[in-house]
Amino acid sequence: MSADATILEGIGDYKYGFSDPDTSVFKSSKGLDRKVVEQISYIKGEPEWMLDFRLKALKHFQQRPMPNWGPDLSNLNLDEIYYYVRPAEKEGRSWDEVPNTIKNTFQKLGIPEAEQKFLSGVGAQYESEMVYHKIHENLEQQGVIFLSIEDGLVKHPDLFREYFSKVIPIEDNKFAALNSAVWSGGSFIYVPKGLKVELPLQAYFRLNVASIGQFERTLIIADEGSQIHYIEGCTAPTYTTDSFHSGVIEIIVKKNARVRYTTIQNWSNNVYNLVTQRALVYEGATMEWVDANLGSKVTMKYPSCYLVGSGAHGEILSMAFAGKGQHQDAGGKMIHVAPHTSSKIVSKSISKSGGRTSYRGLLKVHKGAWDVKSNVVCDALLLDENSRSDTYPYIEIDEEDVTIGHEASVSKVGEEQLFYLMSRGLNKDESTSMVVSGFIEPLVKELPMEYAIEMNRLIQFQMEGSIG
Amino acid sequence: MSELVIRDIFISIEGKEILKGVNLIVKQGEVHALMGPNGTGKSTLAYALMGHPAYTVTHGEVWFKERNILELSADERAQLGLFLAFQYPVAIPGVSVANFLRSALNAKRHYENPNDKGIPIPEFRKLLKEKMDLLKMDHTFGGRYLNDGFSGGEKKKAEVLQMATLMPEIAIMDETDSGLDIDALRIVSEGVNALRGPKFGVLVITHYQRILNYIQPEFVHIMLDGHIVESGGPDLALHLEEQGYDWLREKAEPVGI
Repeated sequence: MSADATILEGIGDYKYGFSDPDTSVFKSSKGLDRKVVEQISYIKGEPEWMLDFRLKALKHFQQRPMPNWGPDLSNLNLDEIYYYVRPAEKEGRSWDEVPNTIKNTFQKLGIPEAEQKFLSGVGAQYESEMVYHKIHENLEQQGVIFLSIEDGLVKHPDLFREYFSKVIPIEDNKFAALNSAVWSGGSFIYVPKGLKVELPLQAYFRLNVASIGQFERTLIIADEGSQIHYIEGCTAPTYTTDSFHSGVIEIIVKKNARVRYTTIQNWSNNVYNLVTQRALVYEGATMEWVDANLGSKVTMKYPSCYLVGSGAHGEILSMAFAGKGQHQDAGGKMIHVAPHTSSKIVSKSISKSGGRTSYRGLLKVHKGAWDVKSNVVCDALLLDENSRSDTYPYIEIDEEDVTIGHEASVSKVGEEQLFYLMSRGLNKDESTSMVVSGFIEPLVKELPMEYAIEMNRLIQFQMEGSIG
Repeated sequence: MSELVIRDIFISIEGKEILKGVNLIVKQGEVHALMGPNGTGKSTLAYALMGHPAYTVTHGEVWFKERNILELSADERAQLGLFLAFQYPVAIPGVSVANFLRSALNAKRHYENPNDKGIPIPEFRKLLKEKMDLLKMDHTFGGRYLNDGFSGGEKKKAEVLQMATLMPEIAIMDETDSGLDIDALRIVSEGVNALRGPKFGVLVITHYQRILNYIQPEFVHIMLDGHIVESGGPDLALHLEEQGYDWLREKAEPVGI
């Protein structure tokens, strides 16, 4: 029985995925070479510099070896992937213009309601391109730019070029290079000086074609004293062949600005999710990454903050959930470059049914960054004997005046906790899911309410029949 | 009228026999006290009745509502209307008292009526406030994480709050009085007394006579070394207070063995 059966309704779609007939307008051939990159650039009508950038990135990608640390990527066949799929002729401005099959997909995901209640603007990515993009008029009038990344390049070429790939260069890592070569879709956001955007902006992502690679690229610039919260939530249908997602998210947080970037990642369990997320945080500014990884086969994701201005503050709240066949290799990096900077990383991971979670974190304090405070807490919860959790904390300190805290714990859902909850009439699954919900509460309470509810539903759903 | 019937049960933990043939009947509407020194098996009985997996019942039966509950899991026993107030409640960090209690209440309602949609939130809030008032608890208590950082007294109050909210037919209170100061003891006892009536039966486990001044039992049982060695009325507890357990030990262990 279930204490709250209604809560589980509608979650089945997450489990099985759903896929619409393939109505894509254009699909590149499988695999990656110079021709594919040129084709992408041509179709998008890009300026010369962007094509050059892509080709340079391709070259670096081809030369760079696969990472030899972290999760097993040996089953990831990069030649079996479509690097570009374009679903519809043009971007929709209003809901009415969006094609019906795509609309159905979004309705299954519950986007229209979410928009009405919580959002001031929606950029919904379907396959590789924005198909529906709308921004609250009020915000537009105040000077907020919220566009697809492609439109950002066309409409604000100077601003775009000033910041694009400045936070994450091509050479950063193999997958950042790959994304730089074939990027398609994502958001371009600029928040003008002093403007505080109260409601979160959000984008949903979804994969819909077998073996499609999705290479979204997002660039957010928060000008001095501004404030913004951006949310992306991902779900994906399940396919038998492995899928691949490799995004690059670059954020510039200028003096005294504040940015929060929230991800709820629920890719289907065949997706390789290799994402590079980084923020440059200037004087007195604050960057917060809230990162929840529930789905995917393998995730490698370490949101990072480069604290380059005096008094800058970075926070990472990371949650990972690994079930059968999943490896969540998540964590974060805090790079203290300037004095008086502070950072906090809280990582919560849950492993069940043989799943594996790893916390991988880097704390670096450069010479000259004095009066630095940093605190790292990573807690792991194991739901059974077959599951695994590891911690890889790297700490490099080149300065003396620093205060560092590091705590790590691994716990199991205790027999006493389960017995206590069951003695009140909750069954074993409900009791386990309650312990798990409590465990991640410090992260969930940071989410907007609708996401918090969705997160708890997902956890309950993941817990069904998990033990016993 | 339901009753909890314990028939000749033997219980072991990790192969060690703790209870050696206990018989007891607790009916709805009755208050029983189970007394005895430390280590005689009182808490073992409480845990085993609720279905703790570490306790093995090697012999005997426990009947409740026409079911041998030894065949049921702890949640099924709770849904039938059995409740255990823990001596040492465990913390569940991140889960608020209110959310937990609403889930537990809904689980029970769902068991009683599979079509039940759960208690409406405003109704639940009202119910919880009433029960918290009964126990003189601050209303912010509902938002705190279950037993997480609670003082000894708060934990015991939280147990009685759960009992008052879930309204079991038969409750077992395992040393709820231990660790309570006199004011908290009085408040907790008043809370229990408010539940007394024809639909509520309780087995109060304690070492001390003290709580029985507030929750007056109709029946008193004394446990020594895994046996109930004496049963009687309220006078038995008073007698025990004056005489201690030695006279019972002598009675239970005839000279020569």
